Amino acid sequence: MNNENIIHAIDKMIDVMESQKEFLTELDNVIGDGDHGINMARGFGEINKKRDLLAVMDAGDMIKNVGMILVATVGGASGPLYGTAFMKAGAFLKGKEEIGFEDFLEAFQCAIEGVMARGKAAEGEKTMLDAMLPAKRAMEKEWNLTGDEKKSLEAGISAAKAGVEYTKTIIATKGRASYLGERSIGHQDPGATSFTFLLEAIASQI
Amino acid sequence: MKKFINDVAKVEDEMILGLVKAYPQYLQKLDCGNVVVRSNRKENKVALISGGGSGHEPAHAGYVGTGMLDAAVAGAVFTSPTPDQVYEGIKAIAGDAGVLMVIKNYTGDVMNFEMAAEMAEADGILVKQVVVNDDVAVKDSLYTVGRRGVAGTVFVHKIAGAAAEKGEDLLKVQAVAQKVVDNVRTMGAAIRPCIVPAAGKPGFELAEDEMEVGIGIHGEPGTHREKIKSADEIVDLLLEKILADIDYSGSEVAVMINGAGSTPLMELFIINNRVADVLKEKGISVYKTYVGEYMTSIEMEGFSVSLLKLDEELKTLLDDKADTPAFKA
Repeated sequence: MNNENIIHAIDKMIDVMESQKEFLTELDNVIGDGDHGINMARGFGEINKKRDLLAVMDAGDMIKNVGMILVATVGGASGPLYGTAFMKAGAFLKGKEEIGFEDFLEAFQCAIEGVMARGKAAEGEKTMLDAMLPAKRAMEKEWNLTGDEKKSLEAGISAAKAGVEYTKTIIATKGRASYLGERSIGHQDPGATSFTFLLEAIASQI
Repeated sequence: MKKFINDVAKVEDEMILGLVKAYPQYLQKLDCGNVVVRSNRKENKVALISGGGSGHEPAHAGYVGTGMLDAAVAGAVFTSPTPDQVYEGIKAIAGDAGVLMVIKNYTGDVMNFEMAAEMAEADGILVKQVVVNDDVAVKDSLYTVGRRGVAGTVFVHKIAGAAAEKGEDLLKVQAVAQKVVDNVRTMGAAIRPCIVPAAGKPGFELAEDEMEVGIGIHGEPGTHREKIKSADEIVDLLLEKILADIDYSGSEVAVMINGAGSTPLMELFIINNRVADVLKEKGISVYKTYVGEYMTSIEMEGFSVSLLKLDEELKTLLDDKADTPAFKA
C-alpha cells in the first residue's frame, strides 16, 4: 500500500459515510441519540474539503491528519474515538512510504489500543470494538496462514460483520445505549457498523 | 420538518450569533467557533466552563455572566463540542486560579472535555472537573456509563459559580460543585418528540395517547412508555423515583420545574402545584422554586422535576448574586 492507495481508500470512506449517513443515523436513533451518521458524514465531508492537502502527505501524516480532522469536526463520542484511532495508526506509520500488511496490522493494533484507552472499553460492551477486535484477530490468522492480503482483509470484513451481528445479542454497557439496559438487545451497534464500512473502504484498495 | 431556520448546517452558528447580539453586555463570542465567554471578565478567580451539544438553550451560553459560567462551548445539536473548541474556551478564561469544567455525564462530552483538559494541562493550565449525573431514570451501575446529566446541571452552574465569584480556590469550588451533584436528582417525561434539524424528522415516535417516562434531554428513551396520565399522576410517578434515590426527609430543597421546549408555562405551573403539595405532605420544605425553561430539548413537549437538597452553605451560594442572560439572583 502506498500513499496513492491510501488516499483512494480515504475517498471511499468519504463516499460510504455520505451514502450510509441515514442508515447509521437510523441505527443510532434506536439505541443512541440519532446523530452517528450525521456526525460521521460531517467529519468525512471535512476530510473531503482538505483532500488535496492530504494527498501530498506521507502515509503516516495523512492518516494522522485524518484523525485530527475527525476529532475537530465529528464531535460526540465517535469524534474522539475514531480520531484517536486514526491518530494512533498515523503515529505508528510515521515516515513510511510503503506500507506492508504487517505494518497495517500493527497500525490497526495501535488504533484499537487508542480506542480502548479513550473509551475505557473492552470487547463485549456493544461498541465498535466488537467489530474491530474480531477483525484484527481474523486478519492476523489468515495472514499467518496464507500471507494473502486480499484474503486476510476479506476474513477481517467477515469477522467485523459477524461482530456487528453479535452486538445485536448483547447489552450495551458503554455509551448512550447503556442507558437502555436490556432494551438495547436486538439492535446492532452503530459504531461497529460504521467501522465495518471503513474497513471495506480500505479493503477495496488492496 | 417545519422550523424557523435558514439552513440546517447553520443552525448552531446563527443561534450563537443571535444570542450574543441579544446580550452584548454579558457575552462575547470567540472567533474560533461557537465558544462564548463573559464580557465583564473578573480576574483572579476560578474560571468555570461548561457546554455540550446545542438544542438545550438557554443552556449553556445563557448562563455565562456574573456568578455563574465564564465560558460555554456549543457543539452541533445534541453533539458534544470538539476538544479543540473546549480547549479554546479554557485558554480564553484561564488564570492562575485554574479552571473548573462542568460536564454532563455523556460518553462523548466526557471524552471531548477530557481531551481538551489534557491539551490545556500541557500548556500549564490547572484544570479540574465535575461530572453531573442527576437523572434518576437511568440506573447507575457497573453496567452503564452512569446516570445522565440533565437539568440539575443549572444548579451546579449557579452554586459553583457563586463560590468562584466569591474567590474560593479551585479545590473548594470543585468540592462545592460535587456537593451539588451529590444532592440533586432529576427525572422527566415527554409526550411529543423533538426534531434535530440535521435529521429532519423526530428521533422517536409516540402515539397520541402515550408518554415516555424518564426521557433524556436528547429524546433518549427513559424507563418505559405508557398511556398518558393526569399531570398529578405523572408528577407522583417522577417524584417517587426521585425521593427514593436520596433521603430528602426533613430537609430543605430547591425545586426546578424545567420545560423541555414546547411545554406551556401553564402546564409547568400545574405540575409545580402538585410537586409543592407532595413535598409538603412528605415534610420536605421548599426553600426556592424555579419554573421555566432551563435545559430544553429543542421543541420537545415534556418537562423534568429536579430536587436539590440544601444545607446552609448551598443556600447561601444559591442566594448569592447571579447576573446572566438566563438566570438572575
